[in-house]
Amino acid sequence: MMFAPAPFLLKDVSVSQVMTQVCLALIPGIAAYAWLVGPAILVQLAIASATALLAEAAMLRLQGKPLALFLSDGSAVVTAWLIALTFPPLAPWWLVVTGTVFAIVIAKQLYGGLGQNPFNPAMVAFAVCIVAFPALMSQWPSVGLQLSLKEQLDIILGIAPRVDALSGATPLDAMKTALKLGDGGIDVAQLLANQDIFGNFAGRGWEWVAAGYLLGGLWLWQRKLITWHVPVAFIGALVAISGALWLYNPAQFANPLFHLFSGGAMLGAFFIATDPVSGCTTPRGKLIFGAGAGLLAYIIRVFGGYPDGVAFAVLLMNLCVPVIDLLTQPPIFGMKDKS
Amino acid sequence: MLLNLFKFKGGVKPPTNKTQSVGLPIAQAPLPSKLVVPLHQSIGGTPRPVVQAGDQVLKGQLIGEADGWISAAVHAPTSGTVVEVAMHTQAHPSGLDALCVVIAPDGKDEWIARETVDYRSLTPEEVRERLQQAGVVGLGGAVFPTHGKLTPAKTVPMDELVINGAECEPFITCDDLLMRERAEEVVRGIGIFRDLLRPKKVLIGIEDNKPEAAAAMKAAVDALGEPFLVVQVPTLYPAGGAKQLIRVLTGKEVPASKRSTDLGVQCFNVATAYTAWRAIAHGEPVVSRLVTLTGNVAEPRNYEVLIGTPMDELLKLAQPHPDTDGIVMGGPMMGFLVPQPSVPVVKATNCLIAHSERLFPPKAPEMPCIRCGSCAQACPHELQPFEMYWFARAKNFGKTQEYKIFDCIECGCCSFVCPSRIPLVQYFRFAKSEIWAREREKNAADQAKARFEFKQLRDEREKAEKAEKLAKAAAAQAAKKAAEAAAAAPATDGAAPVAATPAVDVEKDAKKAAIEAAMARAKAQREAAQPKNTEALTPEQQRVAAEIEARRVAAHLIDPEPAAPPAGEKAE
Repeated sequence: MMFAPAPFLLKDVSVSQVMTQVCLALIPGIAAYAWLVGPAILVQLAIASATALLAEAAMLRLQGKPLALFLSDGSAVVTAWLIALTFPPLAPWWLVVTGTVFAIVIAKQLYGGLGQNPFNPAMVAFAVCIVAFPALMSQWPSVGLQLSLKEQLDIILGIAPRVDALSGATPLDAMKTALKLGDGGIDVAQLLANQDIFGNFAGRGWEWVAAGYLLGGLWLWQRKLITWHVPVAFIGALVAISGALWLYNPAQFANPLFHLFSGGAMLGAFFIATDPVSGCTTPRGKLIFGAGAGLLAYIIRVFGGYPDGVAFAVLLMNLCVPVIDLLTQPPIFGMKDKS
Repeated sequence: MLLNLFKFKGGVKPPTNKTQSVGLPIAQAPLPSKLVVPLHQSIGGTPRPVVQAGDQVLKGQLIGEADGWISAAVHAPTSGTVVEVAMHTQAHPSGLDALCVVIAPDGKDEWIARETVDYRSLTPEEVRERLQQAGVVGLGGAVFPTHGKLTPAKTVPMDELVINGAECEPFITCDDLLMRERAEEVVRGIGIFRDLLRPKKVLIGIEDNKPEAAAAMKAAVDALGEPFLVVQVPTLYPAGGAKQLIRVLTGKEVPASKRSTDLGVQCFNVATAYTAWRAIAHGEPVVSRLVTLTGNVAEPRNYEVLIGTPMDELLKLAQPHPDTDGIVMGGPMMGFLVPQPSVPVVKATNCLIAHSERLFPPKAPEMPCIRCGSCAQACPHELQPFEMYWFARAKNFGKTQEYKIFDCIECGCCSFVCPSRIPLVQYFRFAKSEIWAREREKNAADQAKARFEFKQLRDEREKAEKAEKLAKAAAAQAAKKAAEAAAAAPATDGAAPVAATPAVDVEKDAKKAAIEAAMARAKAQREAAQPKNTEALTPEQQRVAAEIEARRVAAHLIDPEPAAPPAGEKAE
């Protein structure tokens, strides 16, 4: 007699469906990115994906786990895409490979693989690389730099020299440096209006990449793949602290809109802090996690040593997840009055 | 009259698959070749068989009598001959055997004399007793003896009586058809429950995907002039769970640790109300029930089926397709594959689904949990299934209890939505059974420990008493010697003048010792003569005891008592 436990009916869902939809949701942001910097980002996405799948396959093989089942779950590709999207688009190929291998092998598989990693693997990769290779991780293409696919490939593959033209800064970095150099003599409003690197409300071009992530994130929420808690708390906390300081001194602190659409804020709010494996699971826990990540991201990017703080903020909050989850268990059916 | 409905959190919307089996009216299933009627068909005790092989029985005749308060009688589903009272495989996932009365029908289907009474002329105690005698149990699936739920709590006023016609499980339509076709008798049955519990309100909850049933119930309620409220509740599995329906209709949440009556509410299934009415007003005990035959069949339909009908024989009526590879009893969310197709229909059998891989494709391989929380969002009891899964897998059962595993109603919502296809409910059943097993073991160990400690205590006491006795005997001996010496002393008068004064003391001591020795002897005699509890019986009692012993030996329940106790037992 066969054994098959109830329920016999199952909803048509799977891990690979979830991961595929996360990738789909990244496409508006990726499209804006490609429009901004050219095909280099697609090359990086391809390099990261291939590396992630190879590293995952090797680790699965070592553990004797079924390759096809786990490679097709899509989780490695999501990690790869987040790495490619957070690294500089013209970073040398080996930097992306190093970050991806570190993410998959150390941050994910050595902790037990899918579902077991306490830290977001893509953010581990970012943190490791920005600490180990700070210069390379800070080389962003200058605004308006127009390179052909061949030229970009040559730079990524190390065939062409890494010319100064592409060692630009991110809008966040530019803002921070200008304010520091100006030493109180420079006004944020002036900077935003005069410097070419700034666009309508944040970094030129980058603001539309962030808008693309926002669009994809809203779609994820509408598809019920993420709940509202983390993005709302993340954005709420970021707006609250940046708004408070901006109101306090608009000359020295950028407005909330600038912060929301700069750096990794949108990607972090919808795609990174919402990672279920390394994030909180209870509704209140998700609020705390999101708000903590948003606050820390702001503090690090404005007062810290790095141009952006999303990666470190998420990793720091990952550390707190077990405690937050434990302390925010919701009351169950029929037990709401007592607790 | 409008009722403000409440919502319960979670729930899922599986495809209902109900339309297949509602097209045709209820049909009477023909008499099967044999009926295998299990004695244990309700929560609680196992009824005692009151028939034996060879007995002629009539339809409705008592074959198993309730063995306690939470136990319900079992009856012959048709007239015929008792073939045997023996162990047969049950419709239970374990595939274990249980004691059944097997009846060969005589084809006459001849009823016992049925007494029709007006229940209003009976006291509540009499009504409850009649329900127990008629084997009325909860037909929604839990099969709890109905009479046990018909006593209101002493301290809490009964606010609402909830009647469950929600029938939220996919595929099942027997309650739907019952309400459509026999609404009047259902409503009359509810009237009995109402008169016993005296609630302020009676609310009949029916999922809004059954408008015909709701209309029929409404018409019956109006026709009988009852103040019952027929309420259509949103179709959302598991709205038909007693706790969920109570929540939707009253806003009350009954935790696992409480009875619903503690919150002033009680819940019965519509089919239970129907059988209660048939039992009280027509004197018909529960010998049949409605069963939906559906799934991988050509002719899905509801049948009135005799309890004890073999499932494979029954399912043939619906013409199962050739690729049918099993029978699911119950719905696709909480049902189970029966261990053998020939197991009998019982009072809990509301639906049989012919299983095939076409209908229920094999599950994709289990993946690791990604903590997506879908299960927590789907859980109608607001539990954290992925946490319980984590700890159940690690066999950390204490933690599963901290996460309230015993509040899990095993509705299957979590498994239904899990993208990693983890059979979560299986893990929870495993954890619960392990916890129960450990509790049993612990109780047994505690008892053994208590027994051992008591034995040790007794041994020590006996040893102490023995030592005391010996000491006294030795003292007596010494005193005797001393007395003899003292008696000899006067003969050598003058030789030991100094001994004269102590001699008085010695004499006194000797007397005392003699008394004590006598007391000790008497005590020892008393103890030796202490009768066993099997002695000092009247000859009549001894004869009965011997007969019992002989029967037990004959039934191989015990080994014959050995003439002499085995060596091992003599150690003490």
